[in-house]
Amino acid sequence: MSATGQARSMPQRGVLLEALLSNRVVLCSSVLLLAIMLSAVFAGLLTGTDTFLIRPRLRLRPPGSEFWFGTDALGRDVFALVLHGGKLSLLVGLLAAVSGAVIGTAIGLVTGYLRWLDPVVMRIMDGMMAIPGILFAVALVSLVGPSLMAIVAAITFAEIPRVTRLVRSVVLSVREESYVRAAEGLGIPPLLVLLRHILPSCIAPLIVQTTYMFAAAILSEAVLGFLGVGFPPDIPSWGNVLAEGRAVFQRAPWTIIAPGLFLAMTVMAVNLLGDGLRDRLDPRLSRAAKVSS
Amino acid sequence: MLRLIALRVAMAVPVMLVVATIVFLLLRLSPGDPALVLAGDNAGPEAVARIRAEMGLDRPLLVQYFGWLGEIARGRFGISILSKVPVLALIRDRLEPTLVLALSAIVITVVLAVPLGAIAAWRHNSWIDRGVMMLSVVGFSVPAFVIGYLLILFLSVKADLFPVQGYVSPFSDPVAALRHLALPSLTLALVFMALIARVTRSSVLEVLGEDFVRTARAKGNVERRVLWRHALPNAAVPIITVIGLGIALLISGVVVTESVFNLPGVGRLTIDAILARDYPVVQGLMLFFALIYVGVNLLIDIAYVIVDPRIRY
Repeated sequence: MSATGQARSMPQRGVLLEALLSNRVVLCSSVLLLAIMLSAVFAGLLTGTDTFLIRPRLRLRPPGSEFWFGTDALGRDVFALVLHGGKLSLLVGLLAAVSGAVIGTAIGLVTGYLRWLDPVVMRIMDGMMAIPGILFAVALVSLVGPSLMAIVAAITFAEIPRVTRLVRSVVLSVREESYVRAAEGLGIPPLLVLLRHILPSCIAPLIVQTTYMFAAAILSEAVLGFLGVGFPPDIPSWGNVLAEGRAVFQRAPWTIIAPGLFLAMTVMAVNLLGDGLRDRLDPRLSRAAKVSS
Repeated sequence: MLRLIALRVAMAVPVMLVVATIVFLLLRLSPGDPALVLAGDNAGPEAVARIRAEMGLDRPLLVQYFGWLGEIARGRFGISILSKVPVLALIRDRLEPTLVLALSAIVITVVLAVPLGAIAAWRHNSWIDRGVMMLSVVGFSVPAFVIGYLLILFLSVKADLFPVQGYVSPFSDPVAALRHLALPSLTLALVFMALIARVTRSSVLEVLGEDFVRTARAKGNVERRVLWRHALPNAAVPIITVIGLGIALLISGVVVTESVFNLPGVGRLTIDAILARDYPVVQGLMLFFALIYVGVNLLIDIAYVIVDPRIRY
C-alpha cells in the first residue's frame, strides 16, 4: 500500500493535468465551469448593474430579444440576475467546501491518530450526520439571520462529518505503515508526523471530496433560498432568484427555468469534474464517499 | 442475533444524545430572545416575563438542558407554543402524507433504479450504460424543486394530466390520491434513483468479475439467470448500505417536495415551525428525523446479518 499509496497521493502535476484534459468529459465540464465563473465575475461588464432596478412597467416580460431570459415580477432582467447571482452562489459553494474540508481534515487527522479520542469524536460525527442537513441549515439561518457567514456555516456543518470520516479512515490505514513508524521512532513530534507523513496520503481523496462538496453546497444555497431563508433579495443569488420566481412561476416559468438551468449546469460540471478527478487520482475511491452529499 | 441487536441499540443511544445536545444548543445559543419574538411587538415586559417563565427560559441553561432531556426520556417532546398541541400529536397528524410520499418514492426507486443499474453493469459501456450514467448525473445535479416545478409546468399546467398541488389521502379516494401523488413521488424519487442506480451498477460490475459468476456461466446458466440470481444478490450489501445513508437524502427531499407540491406533511410542518420560531416543535421534529435516520440504519445493520451470513458479531 505504501508505495502505491505514495504514487497515488502525489501525482506529478503536469501528468495529472495532461491526463485530465485528455478526458473529453472533464475537458468539457472544465470549460463550462470556467465560462460560468467568468460570466459571474464579469457580470457587471456583460449586463450592467442598472438591471436590478424595479421597473413595474416591465414586469413578467417573456424571453425575447430585449430580455433574453425575460423579466421577473419586479421587472428585473432575469439574465442579469442569473449572471450576477452566480457570484454569491459560487462564493458560498467555494467557502463552504473549503471550510468543510479544512475543519473536517483537522478533526479527522487528530481523531484517527489519537485512539482514546476516536470513539467520542466518531459518535459526535454520527450525531451530526443524523440531523438532516437542510433542516439544520434552515433553522440556523432563520435564527441568526441570512448573512454570508451564517449561510456558509450552516452548509459547512453537514459536510464536516463526511470529511472527518474520510480523513480518519485514511489515517487509520496509514498509521501502521513503516514510514510512519520510522518517523515516530526518530522522535518527530506527533503534529509533524501528522502533517508531513500522514496528511499527504489524504490529499487525493480530499480533492475529490471537496469538489463534490462544492457542488452540494451550491445546491444547498439554492434550497435555502427556495425555502425562504436565503440571502435577502437585494443582492441576487441563484437561491433567492429561484425563491422570487416561486410565486409567479405558472405565469412566468422562465423565472424558475433560467436560474435552475444555470444552477444545474454548474453542479453537473462540478460533479463530472469530480468524477474525472476521482477516476484519475484514485480508481478505488468508491462513489460511496459522495453518497450522502 | 439478539446480542447484535442489543449492541446496536446501545450504540444508538449516545448518538441520539449528541443529536439532542446539538438541537438544544442550536436553539438556545442563538442570538435573540425567543420570548421576545413570541410575545410580539406590542407586548409589555410582564407579558414577555410570563412567556419566559412558561417556557422555563429564565432558568440556568444546564437546568433547562437536563430538564429537557428528562422530558424526552419520558417520551414527552414538548408542546407547541403556537397551537398548544403536544409535538407528538402534531407529528402524528401530519405523518400520513409524508409516509405515503416517502414509501412510494422508495418503491419507484427500487423497482426502476436497481434493475437499471444492474442492466447498465451487465451491458458495460453500451449505450444503455451511458444513458443510465448520464441520467444519474442529471439526477444529482438538478435541484429537486426545479424538477418538481418543471413537472408541474408541463404535465399539470400545460397538459392538464395531473393536479397541480395538494394532497388526497389514499384511504379516502385511492384514484385521486394516485393522481395527486404521481408527480411528488417522482420528484422525490429522482435523486434517490440517481444514487441507487449508480451504486447498483458499480456493485454489480464488481461482482460480475468474480469467480463464482464465471462458474455460474460455465455451468450453462442463461445470462439472465446469472445476472438476477447470482450477481445481483451478491451485490446487495453495498446497495442496502447506500439505501440507508440515502435516508438523509430522502428526508431533505421530503421537506423540499412537500413545499413544492403543498403537501401537509411533516416536512412542511418543520419549515412552518422554523419560520414561526415554534421552538419546541422544531426541537421535537429534528429529534424525530434523527431518530428515523438512526433507526433505519440500525435496521440495515441487522439486515446485513440476514443478507450476508458471513457477517457475525
